[in-house]
Amino acid sequence: MNEKKSLLKNPSVQAILTSLLCVVLGLFIGYIVLLIINPSGAGKAIQTILMNFMMRSSPAARLKALGNTLAKTAPLLMCALSICFCYKVGLFNIGAAGQYEMGACLGLYAAIALKMPWYVCLILAAIGGALLGAITGFLKAYRNVNEVISGIMLNWIALYVTNTILSGEKTKDIASPYTLKLSSVNKGGLIPSFGLDKLFSNNSTVTIAIPFAVVAAIIIWIILSKTKFGYELKATGYNKQAAKYAGMRENRNIIVTLAIGGALAGIGAAFLFLTGYQEWSVTQSSVPSMGFNGIAATFLGGLHPLGTILSSFFIQNITDGGALIDKSIYPSQISDLISALIIYFCGFVLFFKLQINKFIAKKEERNKAKEIMAAEGGDKK
Amino acid sequence: MDTPYAIEMLNITKRFPGIIANDNVTIQLKKGEIHALLGENGAGKSTLMSVLFGLYQAEEGIIKKDGKEVKIKDPNDANDLGIGMVHQHFKLVQCFTVLQNIILGVETTKNGILQMDEARKKVMDLSDRYGLSVDPDALIEDITVGMQQRTEILKMLYRDNEILIFDEPTAVLTPQEIKELMQIMKNLAAEGKSILFISHKLNEIMEVADRVTVLRRGKYVGTVDVKGTTQEELSRMMVGRDVQLVVEKEPSHPKDVVLKIENMTVASKVHNNNAVKNVSLEVRSGEIVCIAGIDGNGQTEFVYGVTGLEPLVSGKITLCGQDITNAPIRERYKEMSHIPEDRHKHGLVLDYPLEYNMVLQRYFEPDFTSKSGFLKKKEIRGYSGKLEQDFDVRSGQGSVTIARSMSGGNQQKAIIARELDKEHTLLVAVQPTRGLDVGAIEGVHRHLIEERDNGKAVLLVSLELEEVMNVSDRILVMYEGEIVAELDPKETTVEELGLYMSGAKRQGKEA
Ligand SMILES: Nc1ncnc2c1ncn2[C@@H]1O[C@H](COP(=O)(O)OP(=O)(O)OP(=O)(O)O)[C@@H](O)[C@H]1O
Ligand SMILES: [Mg+2]
Repeated sequence: MNEKKSLLKNPSVQAILTSLLCVVLGLFIGYIVLLIINPSGAGKAIQTILMNFMMRSSPAARLKALGNTLAKTAPLLMCALSICFCYKVGLFNIGAAGQYEMGACLGLYAAIALKMPWYVCLILAAIGGALLGAITGFLKAYRNVNEVISGIMLNWIALYVTNTILSGEKTKDIASPYTLKLSSVNKGGLIPSFGLDKLFSNNSTVTIAIPFAVVAAIIIWIILSKTKFGYELKATGYNKQAAKYAGMRENRNIIVTLAIGGALAGIGAAFLFLTGYQEWSVTQSSVPSMGFNGIAATFLGGLHPLGTILSSFFIQNITDGGALIDKSIYPSQISDLISALIIYFCGFVLFFKLQINKFIAKKEERNKAKEIMAAEGGDKK
Repeated sequence: MDTPYAIEMLNITKRFPGIIANDNVTIQLKKGEIHALLGENGAGKSTLMSVLFGLYQAEEGIIKKDGKEVKIKDPNDANDLGIGMVHQHFKLVQCFTVLQNIILGVETTKNGILQMDEARKKVMDLSDRYGLSVDPDALIEDITVGMQQRTEILKMLYRDNEILIFDEPTAVLTPQEIKELMQIMKNLAAEGKSILFISHKLNEIMEVADRVTVLRRGKYVGTVDVKGTTQEELSRMMVGRDVQLVVEKEPSHPKDVVLKIENMTVASKVHNNNAVKNVSLEVRSGEIVCIAGIDGNGQTEFVYGVTGLEPLVSGKITLCGQDITNAPIRERYKEMSHIPEDRHKHGLVLDYPLEYNMVLQRYFEPDFTSKSGFLKKKEIRGYSGKLEQDFDVRSGQGSVTIARSMSGGNQQKAIIARELDKEHTLLVAVQPTRGLDVGAIEGVHRHLIEERDNGKAVLLVSLELEEVMNVSDRILVMYEGEIVAELDPKETTVEELGLYMSGAKRQGKEA
């Protein structure tokens, strides 16, 4: 009894509980929407969304589908880490999407046009993202421009810069809107698998990017919670004036934070486009959703770098699962809707936490009252 | 059932993680009296008042209003019962006018349109009646702390509150403003309002309060009539031992010049004029030099200039023989410790635990960070624990307590501990005893004198005349950004000091 109570009070347990609550509520409302559109297929559709790769017929196909989901989880996780890292330092890096675009831009250009090996492309992608992040950081630190505003604007600027650069004849055929396939122009530009693909029914998009992203999450966690560097960055995020008073270079810290966030998002792009999973379309006129889904993964992950590993997988899983829903009954946007609902409920994370704490307090009070009553009763006897 | 009490808080117990902030405390407020609440830092005064105002719920005990038991679940309930509170940190909307702030939440509207004229009339009536002069159309961000406080008081009166709570209202006021506030409180009591008043300043309590209730470490010690007691007795009740209100010290023996400031000019953030104008001074090792003055005469900017928080317009600063005029802050801190004026703005990262705040100036040293850049958490905790012990910093959960949840005085003590323990030759202490209890003040004054006797140079900036007179070896009076007098505390009087501070007198110009 006592143990159970203290377990509920544990902040990590609370974080996990609230995240689960968000998920359940999101799914529930999603289910109601599905019921309204067409009651007969709702149960099946929810099941499909959640089970995703498990819905495939053969074990081999399941593994392959799981591989696809994991391959897309890696870039999502990097974007989530970008946002999570900046958030811990008091900055809302909505510009992750733009940094991701810059990563794709430099990474793909280096791989396709310059035929560089993958690790060089990866580094360039990181630099691309970092530069864009640093611009936002610079504006914030020295011009007091809100990072959300400049981030959103840079998202669009970076999108069209990327489209323009990758439209060149070195990176794209005139006939197609997509950049050239890496597997045909520069195999060395593909992130290697080192045998991981074999585990997933020869899914060549399963690469070392996946373990890499997980390692990145662990590193970010260590930096934030255990190092001097993290101590400085968080102090700056909590109280810029106090950081200045303590002799930290608070403006530099803001720029460094956003540059690191940018590098993470840039690497995220490399983790998608350098695996051959997808090509960049130079005609796209909306900011890629990866950066925004990263926000959702950050919050669902309880604002904890390690939590984002699970939440990124979960969000990618329902996104992929949603694509499998019977399109003859439901519109294809339904999976987006459900993930959006879950994300929306993530906004209530704090509210749920408060409710849990209130619940605990009430219960304790009642127990104490009981104890007192019991004690008094005992006295009378 | 007729009772003489407006409010009774009976056997209140309030717990926080690791600490019983109020342990079976009883306080009874008579109608029309000014009742002071006295206790050491962390004794539970703010907590008790927050319970009355509905910010916290007590686990045990009852509250009675006019003899009838009431439940106060939130500040709205408190307001309905006529209870108002002026918090130590004001809760005003910076970009609203005084009038807008006063009526916020209780606006009168007709067809959804604000009726400001009526409100204005009522506010002006109240303002005249109690001598609370405010400019109703001024923005909060532009007015003095004193006027902000009068706005808070008007806010309570506008809501027809009968029971007024003041949590350390005088900590941020100038002596003149304090005098005015005392008068206002007396007027309010004469009108039949009942007042609860928290202060660490015994002379204020002796002057305005009728009765005083003393708390110690969350427990009720007693309630006494102010007429039948003395400051010494009160401090004994509250600390549990005799307190020396004036710390004894030997004459100073100044040696080498540690800090030399030549023609320093610092810009002002508020107006176009410079806040500090062409100031030159020296501080030697083994002496305590005090910058005295009325708040807002450039002391804040002067300290910013010395410590590097603001760049100089012109001038030169030399510390221990090195030119630090343009040196980065950390460079300066090799020889300098700095107790900042605003503990929430500069002194603490409120969301960090106490232990992280204790190493805010030293976290990068090899003692606390390994070569590979990892924090040595065990060493940090050990060090923090030692400082807490040595400087009697009290908190609910020790080193891991989040700084925000600590009592104001204990936050201050943590900063003092950190800055005194750190390596330094010069100590810059700005209002170091603001918000401290008499026992803690005695401790800080002792520390300052000990510093001096150990050959450190101490630059003290204080608004408290008594502190200036008791602790310093040399007084420099600052008026409108200039040093207008240098005085010897043994030869001058509080009255003379006051003349220089108010600009009525000025050395070198009389002749
Ligand atoms: N919100 C909170 N959470 C946890 N502990 C708290 C909280 N508020 C106060 N405390 C603890 O309760 C104790 C009493 O604090 P309180 O602020 O009432 O002291 P105080 O008498 O007003 O002191 P001071 O003179 O320094 O302002 C302190 O030890 C403090 O750390
Ligand atoms: Mg207090």
